[in-house]
Amino acid sequence: MIKAILVFNNHGKPRLSRFYQYYPEDMQQQIVRETFHLVSKRDDNVCNFLEGGTLIGGSDFKIIYRHYATLYFVFCVDSSESELGILDLIQVFVETLDKCFENVCELDLIFHVDKVHYILAELVMGGMVLETNMTEIITRIEEQNKLEKSEAGIAAAPARAVSALKEMNIPQKVKDMKLPDLPSIGNLKF
Amino acid sequence: MALSKVKGTLERVLDKNLQDLVRGIRNHKENETKYVAECLDEIKNELRQENVAVKAIAVNKLTYLQMLGYDISWAAFNVIEVMSSPKFTFKRIGYLSASQSFHEGTDVLMLTTNMIRKDLGSQNLYDAGVALNGLSCFITADLARDLANDIMTLMTSTKPYLRKKAVLIMYKVFLQFPEALRPAFPRLKEKLEDPDPGVQSAAVNVICELARKNPRNYLALAPLFFKLMTSSTNNWVLIKIIKLFGALTPLEPRLGKKLIEPLTNLIHSTSAMSLLYECINTVIAVLISVSTGIPNHTASIQLCVQKLRILIEDSDQNLKYLGLLAMSKILQTHPKSVQTHKDLILQCLDDKDESIRFRALDLLYGMVSKKNLMEIVKKLMVHMDKAEGTNYRDELLAKIIEICSQSNYQYVTNFEWYVSVLVELTRMEGTRHGRLIAAQMLDVAIRVQAIRPFAVAQMAVLLENAHVLSNNSQRNGICEVLYAAAWLCGEFPDHLTDPKGVLEAMLKPKITLLPGHIQSVYVQNIIKLYANIIKRAEGQNGLAGVREVGEMLQEKLPIFIQSADLEVQERACCMVQLVKYVLKSQDKDGDTAAAIAEELAALFAGDLNPVAPKAQKKVPVPEGLDLDAWINDPPSESSEDEDRPVGSSIFVTKDNNEGSFYHEAAKAKVPDMTPEERTKAKEQRRVDQAHNPNYLKGDVKKSASNTSADGNLGNSVVELDLSIPLRVPGLSSSDQYMKMEQSLRTKKAGKKKRKKRKKGGNDESDEEEDIPQIHQVSTVEEVPEGAEAMSDKEEDGGDERYKKLDIDLDEPLRPGEILPVRTHRIVPDHKLPEPEEEPKEKKKHKKKEKESKKDKKKSRDSRKEEREKRKRKKQSIPGEADEPSLLKEDHEEIAGDNTPLSSPRDKDMPSGGATATNSTDKMNDYEFWMSSTDAQSPSHSEPQGKPTTEVKVTPVQDITSGDEAKVDTTAHSKKKKKEKKERREKKEKKSKKSKLKAGDYEEAGGITTPSQEVVDPSQLETPVTAKPMSSYRLLAENASIKMMYETRVSPQRGDQLILSVVFTNLTPHLVNNLEFNVMDTLNTKLSRGMGQASHDAVQVPFVLPAGLSNEGQFAFSVDSLVQPTKLRGTLTYMVKMAEGSTHEKVDFRLTFNCSSFMSALPCKSSEFASLLSSGDLTEKSTMKCTPLENSFDVSLLRICFYNHFKVVEKVEGSASLYGRSIQGHHLCLLVKYNNGEITVDGKSAEGALLSNVLADIKTVLTSDVL
Repeated sequence: MIKAILVFNNHGKPRLSRFYQYYPEDMQQQIVRETFHLVSKRDDNVCNFLEGGTLIGGSDFKIIYRHYATLYFVFCVDSSESELGILDLIQVFVETLDKCFENVCELDLIFHVDKVHYILAELVMGGMVLETNMTEIITRIEEQNKLEKSEAGIAAAPARAVSALKEMNIPQKVKDMKLPDLPSIGNLKF
Repeated sequence: MALSKVKGTLERVLDKNLQDLVRGIRNHKENETKYVAECLDEIKNELRQENVAVKAIAVNKLTYLQMLGYDISWAAFNVIEVMSSPKFTFKRIGYLSASQSFHEGTDVLMLTTNMIRKDLGSQNLYDAGVALNGLSCFITADLARDLANDIMTLMTSTKPYLRKKAVLIMYKVFLQFPEALRPAFPRLKEKLEDPDPGVQSAAVNVICELARKNPRNYLALAPLFFKLMTSSTNNWVLIKIIKLFGALTPLEPRLGKKLIEPLTNLIHSTSAMSLLYECINTVIAVLISVSTGIPNHTASIQLCVQKLRILIEDSDQNLKYLGLLAMSKILQTHPKSVQTHKDLILQCLDDKDESIRFRALDLLYGMVSKKNLMEIVKKLMVHMDKAEGTNYRDELLAKIIEICSQSNYQYVTNFEWYVSVLVELTRMEGTRHGRLIAAQMLDVAIRVQAIRPFAVAQMAVLLENAHVLSNNSQRNGICEVLYAAAWLCGEFPDHLTDPKGVLEAMLKPKITLLPGHIQSVYVQNIIKLYANIIKRAEGQNGLAGVREVGEMLQEKLPIFIQSADLEVQERACCMVQLVKYVLKSQDKDGDTAAAIAEELAALFAGDLNPVAPKAQKKVPVPEGLDLDAWINDPPSESSEDEDRPVGSSIFVTKDNNEGSFYHEAAKAKVPDMTPEERTKAKEQRRVDQAHNPNYLKGDVKKSASNTSADGNLGNSVVELDLSIPLRVPGLSSSDQYMKMEQSLRTKKAGKKKRKKRKKGGNDESDEEEDIPQIHQVSTVEEVPEGAEAMSDKEEDGGDERYKKLDIDLDEPLRPGEILPVRTHRIVPDHKLPEPEEEPKEKKKHKKKEKESKKDKKKSRDSRKEEREKRKRKKQSIPGEADEPSLLKEDHEEIAGDNTPLSSPRDKDMPSGGATATNSTDKMNDYEFWMSSTDAQSPSHSEPQGKPTTEVKVTPVQDITSGDEAKVDTTAHSKKKKKEKKERREKKEKKSKKSKLKAGDYEEAGGITTPSQEVVDPSQLETPVTAKPMSSYRLLAENASIKMMYETRVSPQRGDQLILSVVFTNLTPHLVNNLEFNVMDTLNTKLSRGMGQASHDAVQVPFVLPAGLSNEGQFAFSVDSLVQPTKLRGTLTYMVKMAEGSTHEKVDFRLTFNCSSFMSALPCKSSEFASLLSSGDLTEKSTMKCTPLENSFDVSLLRICFYNHFKVVEKVEGSASLYGRSIQGHHLCLLVKYNNGEITVDGKSAEGALLSNVLADIKTVLTSDVL
């Protein structure tokens, strides 16, 4: 079981938090902080596993994370999950994001956290891995997007126009987080 | 321009959406809180609007704020509003928000049931998908119960996308609603072989999660998983299955043997590291479980270790980490194979990665031997010096102690070395393990008697250097070591070379800065030392020095009296008085002075042995002592405030006991001093001090100068051996031992090598055993008397939730076990809805009413109690299972508009009977599959196979009603067999149609057979000729309620008896809350609902309106049936009258006589004859009586009816009868009638049963009322 999925940036700002077990909000914040504290002080060339913090889980739990440019993707899982499998899942998640947002950057996650949630929902459901096949995931997401568009129909046109205008207010949409070539972990690949 | 136009027409699109909110927060970094507060106000406004789109945007923003840590539970109702929108876009937003913020405590969740149900059944694939997704996060027990059936339906959906999600969410359903597991399991199992890989993977995932908590129940699936493992190419699935096997193998060694080969192949062939790693893990698990059974298991271990070495040597830190992790598992069973890689592991200790270092540390634990212990510890200590970060350093320290102390210091050969190590460890700064070190010091010194002199000497040094240690006086800091030091010096003062010096060190004023519990130990042990000094002096007749010491004590001890710690203060007071008394008696010369030393020593006589850690728990509770009972009335709340802080824990509590004991002894002896005496003593002391050079220098003195000073004092310390240098704690000391050891060993090794060359052996272990342990470790621990008898059971702190899922899945599905189906919730009128709930309730009703029209046909009663009752009632009889409609509950439909009883219905799983046989087959398959590798296994599988055949061969007695009764039994059973077969074949099809079919059943059942019951087989073929017979007997009766009962058994369930009780309400009021309870005996137990304790009452699932009766059934599990069983029980109930309700109860006695367990099975006369001639029926018994009825036929009828026999053959005046107990005892009777007297001769294999049944028959024949 996956207990929590957290995404935060290099400064510990949460970009996505998904808990599969209930914690009150302040506890959630504390877990994010603690996890950030644990993860951020680690070098990039050390292993990606951490024995669970005191807050989340216990001895049976592990923190498995990956660091991409400005973002940390952290999964907290118990011993029924394969460590390397989860690392791959993170990779699949990030690659899917990359496909869906076309060159994903931190800004995408900042402004479209809801969409990120929808994407994540196609990978993991209720703490269990739902799908790992990226083509299948992307098909599903696109179908849902299509459905959303068709529902919006004409009524959405002005809204889109306005949001386009709003977008213009940002001088340039700086993509400050360019996803680098994802580190190939060839031998881990399924 | 354009902007303003748009703004005018479509105001809402200019409302802040999520992106605007995010942007806003980013722009208001300095005063984010204020900005968010503004936004929250806006959101609240938006939520008040009618437009769903606006609401959805607001909810979306809330979801974002939730992530930032804002509580959004206040908007739960709005979230539900958005969820219920027909548009997917909004629905998705709603569900996302719900999944983020809802939890079990969210009260509005109960409003969502029907909405979610609608979404699950939606035509739109993604509506259902989103609903499933959301539900997986906030499912509650209620939702799980109400929606389980809908999710089951989705599991057979044509769309893999939904199947996948439905399968996955079943796990969450099981967690919340364990009763769903058994009915749903067959379908879940089907999904393991689903054509869609995603669905398959999900099913594997769910079963793995289930099996991880309760592996035993899933062993039967092993063949299926094995097939999957060898056929699947999906690594995710493979990993899960292999992990699952890892959990299963400890339970079934045969499985392990089967697994080794394919796993080894996978290890060789796979390129995926994750799979390789899991394979190795499972192979290790297999090897652990069958440590010897496999001939070439050493090869497998070698393979694993080899592969792991490759992982550890890999540059990828992740692989290195995992390699070490797996290595530590091998270590537990095959330490030798790991020890060969010691170099690699020690190397990992230097890794820059903390996680890896920790893992390597874990491994070290198993790598030590007598030979290398010193070396490894040395290395760890070097690491500790270098290590940065107290956390890692603490870990190292704990590890050193763990390594050395493992299995009673097995590997420590030289305890002087170990004590030096401990002393060195005290120099570590900022450790949190002071207490651990202290405990070790105490343990070593107490258990290893030979080390005491050395240990005490070291402790004395520690005490003298207390100022170094006491700097860090935080709790559990290193100062805890002083606790051990003080105690050891006090307890074994004979080993001290300079007790007086130690005493002085213990009286330094800085001591008062130490934590209280250490100070109290100081005070206590100061006196012990004092006693020792006096004793020593006594031997040498030198009282002058002793007097000085006494006076010093009298001067210094009062600083402890001022301590804020009560414990210290109390002890110090006692001690001061004690010292005064001693000084006084020393003033008087002669015998008193001599005697005082002995008396003082007597206070502290006796050895203290270590106490086993669980000793306290093992003290047996004396008979008649109820620990939970209050001795006095419970104290008021306020007194709890005075409780001690928890932090002071073990050490302090120990002291308390000791202390109070000593205090009493001391107080008894010390008389009060008068003021005059006190002043006198003071003066005396002043005089003495003037003459004592020690007092001039006081506490500044170092130990070295101390010895010389003491030397001046003369004979009190003459035995002081100055040639032994006082050890200053330092690294050198432990190194010294190591060097010594090494040199010793090289000498030995040299000798050995020469020997070995001759022998040609290279046994490392030989060499190890040669290293002698210098000191003997005592393993004596004090354990209370009577403790042996008690088991050493560990308390299992497992999760309650998972325990509930420990359900036997092989047992055939009982017909009553179905998933609850949607229903119109009926609120019983006597339960008035709470006022504040009213609006919600209304809304719900509206929705439900709307729906109920649509689903009228499907509306069923699914009240939980109802279902539970049915479950109890209809324990599975395969024959019965085939005819669910006949098993209808015998609810008398109660007229009256406010009764909550709607007609009960059965929506049986279509596979009721089929699954029963199926799963037995599966079980056999499993046994067969397992045994295929095993030579001895046939014997194993045979008994398993038997029951199935029996079920098939035994002509199943029809359980039918009324007109069907005459149908030829054999023909019928044949027909049924055929049906069963067909059923199995059609199972697949049927499960799809089930819904429709069940609906049909329901209507028919509800109308035509409202009060059908399981008719006892014996009743069927008995033509009622004489007066009507009823097997219902009176159980109990009082003014308000009457209970009649009857027992029923089924020949297929040898361990169960059904008690059917008709409750009749004799009052003109409503009777509700009926609770039925029986005191279980060892032999007979009432089956209660899952999770209920053995003394819980069983809720009778109905209420009784005035004057009506209803029947409830209770199942009993029975072990042995050869003796009649008497049970006592109670029924409690509420009588609801206009002026209020009263709680009443009625007690009853219940008798299950042996005839209750008989079932009348038809027997052909030829079979009967062969049975009699077989010689199996060894026991005989005869009974004679004069029946009340003067007719042989009537008497026979009565025997058949009440005692459950069947007439085999009847000739003039005599008849042979056959009956079989539910546990398979055959009973053959020959009944003869002669001149109004009946003689019954019986034969059986079970004598007790026979005579009891005959006694029953006698009662039946001779008494009128039953």
